[in-house]
Amino acid sequence: MFEGVSAGFAAAFSIANIGYLIVGCSAGTLIGMIPGLGPMTAIALMIPLASTLEPASGIILMAAVYYGAIFGGSTSSILINAPGVASTVASSFDGFPLSQQGHAGKALAVAALSSFSGGIIAALMLLVSAPLLANLALSFHSSDYFALIVLGLVSVAAFTGRGELRKALLMTILGLMLSTVGTDQTQGIPRFTLGLVDLIDGISFLLLVMATFAISEALLAIMDPARGRPDQDTKKLTSLKVSKKELKDITPPVLRSSLSGFFVGLLPGAGATIASFLAYGTEQRFANKEARDQFGRGSLRGLAAPESANNAAATGSFVPMLTLGIPGSGTTAIMLGALIAYGIQPGPMLYISEPVVFWAVIVSMWLGNTVLLVLNLPLIPYIARLLTVPRTALLPMILFFSLIGVYLVSFNTFDIFLMTLFAFCAVLLRTCGFPMAPLILGFIMGGMIEENLRRALLLYDDSWSFIWERPSTGTILLLAFAVLVWPGVQSLRERLKAQ
Amino acid sequence: MYVKKLLVGLFCVSTFAAFAKECTPGTLDNTHFLIPGGAGGGWDRTARGVGEALVRSNILDLATYENMSGGGGARAIAHLIETGAPRTLMVNSTPIVVRSLQGVFPQTFRDLTPVASVIGDYSVIAVRSQSRYEDLHGLLSDLGNNPRGIPVAGGSVSGGTDHIFAALIARGAGVDARAVKYIPYDAGGKAMAGLLSGEVAALSSGFGEVVDLVHQGWVRLLCIASSSRLPDLPELPTCKEAGAPEALFVNWRGFFAAPSVPGETICAWQQMLADLQTTREWEEVRERYGWVELHHEGPDFMALLTEQEHTLRRLLNELELIE
Repeated sequence: MFEGVSAGFAAAFSIANIGYLIVGCSAGTLIGMIPGLGPMTAIALMIPLASTLEPASGIILMAAVYYGAIFGGSTSSILINAPGVASTVASSFDGFPLSQQGHAGKALAVAALSSFSGGIIAALMLLVSAPLLANLALSFHSSDYFALIVLGLVSVAAFTGRGELRKALLMTILGLMLSTVGTDQTQGIPRFTLGLVDLIDGISFLLLVMATFAISEALLAIMDPARGRPDQDTKKLTSLKVSKKELKDITPPVLRSSLSGFFVGLLPGAGATIASFLAYGTEQRFANKEARDQFGRGSLRGLAAPESANNAAATGSFVPMLTLGIPGSGTTAIMLGALIAYGIQPGPMLYISEPVVFWAVIVSMWLGNTVLLVLNLPLIPYIARLLTVPRTALLPMILFFSLIGVYLVSFNTFDIFLMTLFAFCAVLLRTCGFPMAPLILGFIMGGMIEENLRRALLLYDDSWSFIWERPSTGTILLLAFAVLVWPGVQSLRERLKAQ
Repeated sequence: MYVKKLLVGLFCVSTFAAFAKECTPGTLDNTHFLIPGGAGGGWDRTARGVGEALVRSNILDLATYENMSGGGGARAIAHLIETGAPRTLMVNSTPIVVRSLQGVFPQTFRDLTPVASVIGDYSVIAVRSQSRYEDLHGLLSDLGNNPRGIPVAGGSVSGGTDHIFAALIARGAGVDARAVKYIPYDAGGKAMAGLLSGEVAALSSGFGEVVDLVHQGWVRLLCIASSSRLPDLPELPTCKEAGAPEALFVNWRGFFAAPSVPGETICAWQQMLADLQTTREWEEVRERYGWVELHHEGPDFMALLTEQEHTLRRLLNELELIE
């Protein structure tokens, strides 16, 4: 094993490879910052270049682009509330309020540090246990996935409560409803398309999130010039300083979220999105009352948890890809294609048959994360300065990039009209105090819940018996139930104590 | 009089056929590829991969691309027919046949000019390596006794290609297509994870998608839907030999043009795609994505489409997914 590790390090530590790392991280960050262009696009763009390189260099380049794009995506979700990919939605819950309070630099620094820790911890776990973990990744059935996603949904649905429980619930249901528009994933029959050809493929996540987050935010800011105007104090805005107490505060959430994120990432049917929501929800539960109230209003813990979880999950998703050749996401599918093009057969024996490549991949994860941190920390003040751009320039820019980003994915003008419609509805709803996060959450989880539940029902001949016949399903559902009723029990106990 | 007309007709048909075979290709220096789906999908990769190999091997000077998603390909087809674009090739695959039959869009491949198919993937039936099914006969006899007890996974929706193939296999056991317990997953990789987790008994998929796991020993193939055995895997029987005589199925990807495009342009494209087959650049692209060559052009391609449509119509009817 140590021979392999050292060969991997030797392969990764050449001047050329460090160069590819730097190029990849910068290109990835830039591409990821543009709403609509995520890790998948970034890697796809790099493939022609990577295919001309040695396998180890090519993989290092792609891994660097991958991590860069994930970090870049968090940047746009923190600064302008425009999460371009589903796995960074949870980062905007607290990241955006932080930057609105003028702490953009600090928020970006915490995001970078948490991503770094998540990536490093997950790569370490990959190193010690990849072949063993392959079996764990394959032990999940459809009913277990269903239960896991329900857990993700309830653990976050609770946070939006805070007095507006009914509104949050209504928005979750609206999100679930929107997710049913388009071709039914099980039967292949179009539903709720109003006879419109353009709705047959459903509503895209990007369109909905850009309309309800980025565009509605920009429109609200136009309507109310004083709204959420960050402190123009450039020194505070660009300051990266995270106090010792704050660091101590976010360390346990980062550790917990990295672990849970890695394990959720292992499952080919779950991935970084569920990992980030679960981490956010869990941390909110773990926090004491005072810290819990901070969630959603600019809590550093609320930012650190999903950031470390999504990076750890991205690393975890390499396990089924490298050991089984099963891609859990679009991004790993593209990476898998590139590996096969190099003549590398993924498999449980990969670390024996192709030690240099295997270890180069793992070493490149460490290097990619490190280079990313080193490159980005000094850049953060400049990135944060984006917010000092006068609003008359910034708001049109946000509108422009959101519209272009959505159009560039589908090349369908219908999407732009639909997006405008959603944006106006969102403005209306937000002025009436309806939160948008539960809507997106319901929308993302809706499709996954439906698909897995229906598959489980098909397998069990339309009976719900999997809930008690499969212990894992039952346990996770019980946990979800506990999470749902816990706040009620807690307040009841407090009331009884008070009496 | 009638006989004369018939003779003239026959003459015309035969000369046309002769021309179709050895037509005179027009000149082509650029081609615009119309992709009915978004960036990064299977259609996108096929068009861009073919374009890349054509340009790099100097067969074509310029390849341009346009993504036009919407309606499972409906928008692109309508656009192609409406504009009659003279330099545009649209990429498509087996779903064009399925979706026409299901009425997702009003057109069929007959409203377009099929140019050629370039790659294909034969369907296979796979089981876990620890499964008790050593060959197709074992699976078929269990299917015959209790079809509801044998869930079969696939990476497409109900009525999609993997479901159709599972139904074709079940016919070998004398089981009604509707009795097959088909479990749909939203991608081939997830269907494979489902098979390996043991929640289903068998997997209906494409050979290219499962071949790596076969070599690693995770799964075993029971049969392949080609008409003869593959040279790479001579010990794998065809489904026809193994007891499912109707199970012949290939997932092709190929190109179509607007109906108004003149014959010499079509011919030039066919020449272009035929030239492509022998290039090293195309071999590289195919290797990169793990694609299997499946080159049919003109009448040959049309015959493949017609036959596939016939099979699919019958099965979708039996599955009561179309009327």
